[in-house]
Amino acid sequence: MSQLIKMAVKSIVSNKLRAFLTMLGMIIGVSSVIILVSISQGSSKQISDQIGELGTNLLTINFYNTDSSSFKEKDLSTLKELNSVKEVAPVVSGRVTVKNGKTSSEVSVTGTTSSYQDVRNVKVSSGRFFTDFDNEERLKTAILGSDTATTLFGLSNPIGESVQINGTSYKVVGVLESSGSSLGQSGDDIVLLPIKVAQRLLQNTTISSIYVQAQNENVVNFAKANIESSLSVLFGGSQDNFSVTNQQDVIDTVSSVSNTMSIMLGGIACISLVVGGIGIMNIMLVSVSERTKEIGIRKAIGAQKMDILLQFLIESIVLSSFGGMIGVGLGVSLAKIYSVISGTAISFSIPVIILSFTFSLLVGVMFGVFPAYKASNMRPIQALRFE
Amino acid sequence: MESNLIQITDMNRYYEFGGETLQVLKNVSITINKGDFVAIVGPSGSGKSTFMNMIGCLDQPDSGSYLFDGEAIEEMNDRELALIRNQKIGFIFQNFNLLTKLSALENVELPLSYRGLSQKNRTNMAIQVLREVGLEERMHHLPSQLSGGQQQRVAIARALAGRPDILLADEPTGALDQKTGREILDLMKKLHKEGHTIILITHDDKIAKEASRIVRIEDGCLSEEGGIPLGNVTINQNGSKKYS
Repeated sequence: MSQLIKMAVKSIVSNKLRAFLTMLGMIIGVSSVIILVSISQGSSKQISDQIGELGTNLLTINFYNTDSSSFKEKDLSTLKELNSVKEVAPVVSGRVTVKNGKTSSEVSVTGTTSSYQDVRNVKVSSGRFFTDFDNEERLKTAILGSDTATTLFGLSNPIGESVQINGTSYKVVGVLESSGSSLGQSGDDIVLLPIKVAQRLLQNTTISSIYVQAQNENVVNFAKANIESSLSVLFGGSQDNFSVTNQQDVIDTVSSVSNTMSIMLGGIACISLVVGGIGIMNIMLVSVSERTKEIGIRKAIGAQKMDILLQFLIESIVLSSFGGMIGVGLGVSLAKIYSVISGTAISFSIPVIILSFTFSLLVGVMFGVFPAYKASNMRPIQALRFE
Repeated sequence: MESNLIQITDMNRYYEFGGETLQVLKNVSITINKGDFVAIVGPSGSGKSTFMNMIGCLDQPDSGSYLFDGEAIEEMNDRELALIRNQKIGFIFQNFNLLTKLSALENVELPLSYRGLSQKNRTNMAIQVLREVGLEERMHHLPSQLSGGQQQRVAIARALAGRPDILLADEPTGALDQKTGREILDLMKKLHKEGHTIILITHDDKIAKEASRIVRIEDGCLSEEGGIPLGNVTINQNGSKKYS
């Protein structure tokens, strides 16, 4: 067997350019499978990680048609009293312009309460978070997202300074830690205000959504049911005005989308593997007819059909697996380069790498069998006479 | 007592050429004994090559029987024929037919590798026969780095490597100049003296004279020079042919 592999390698090496061109199909196929799948899995993993960081016991309530059927702050206590609920953080949001001197920035504003810090698991990198006092007294205090802080204050410390939001002056009491970006949106380009202050600023007395922290991960679904039933009482039996989602639902949605994408991209790349296989078959057929004389000689001195079949089959397998190996190397390094240049997260999946390599090997076997069979079935006399 | 190595009786072979059936071998019979040096002489188109293919187990007869060392070749399948070729027959071709990408040593090893011998055994046996043909020094050369005579010696070494029962040489000097041709013939005579059975196929009477037995083939029929019977069945169906 090792003799056969040695022979196959020898015959491939003796025709380097042709071997390389033949392997090119395999190389492109395998490397594109690896690159495409690792990029799409990398971004999906990044998104699920970000969502997962928020805590799996988090529920989000969104309200629609907030004009006709509004959820007021006083209704919060109803939710808070549910046994399965630990903490709630109401949120109003909008977009505002923040200014520090001449520097200004368009950011999204989130009005919320002190509980937001626990519920959304956010941390301040300097300064402090809101207290209930800030909210009750409607103190014009603001917490900046890390990007907003850098935009407005550069490297200097913004704590204690004041910023202009839509023309009114607010005192900066804290800066949030960076939370990274998700789905192309930066989570750091924000300003947090006490909810009552934000409602006045946005001229809106309703609550657009509520983050709910369940007691623990096991009661998330129970909490969801509880919330849905108590809200539907509040909204007069209708469930159309709100939706309750948990983080797992979001993760599932994102990963199902990205899985579909992975499969599609992988499928397209597999087609190029098959095309590469046809290339191998083509070259092996040429090689068989070029080496008719050799086949004749080998048969005359006693090679069995099986010997000839194996010789050519192993040659095509060596070709395709060489191509596969180069493809794996190329795919991994190109994906790494891409991630370094673009800053996109990639995730190599070992099963996918093994699978694409195995597939290239299988292609070698599948498309190698026919030429090898053709070679092994040659009549020795005709083959010997061939010049 | 001499033993029959090859016994061919009433062998016929037909070929189809453009819808026409051509009888290439006509009731051919011959017996070849161990230790014989037989020359088979005939002009081109006489059925010489077909006959050689038959003896070499590269082809099978349409009718008649062929006993090789007591085994009926005409009943064998491809696998068994390949085994006979590998173990009992050593081929020497006009154009040497060495594999150009393999070294002299690897070429000689090839029939042994199809026997499933270990690498070590193969190399030892191959080096030994290369020494016998006087090419031990050049065993790592490629055929393209050897002269015609040297290439033919490698081919003879390859044929000898498996210690076959017969050496079947098809115009072994045809592609060589007179001097090297002479050397190859001398080598074959030496091998004959050492006890090898040799069948030499040629169109050249002068070369045929080197052999101890000369058999003529003409138009698909055999005739033995010197009046010695070809076997237990004579070719009396073609009685008009003379042992000339």
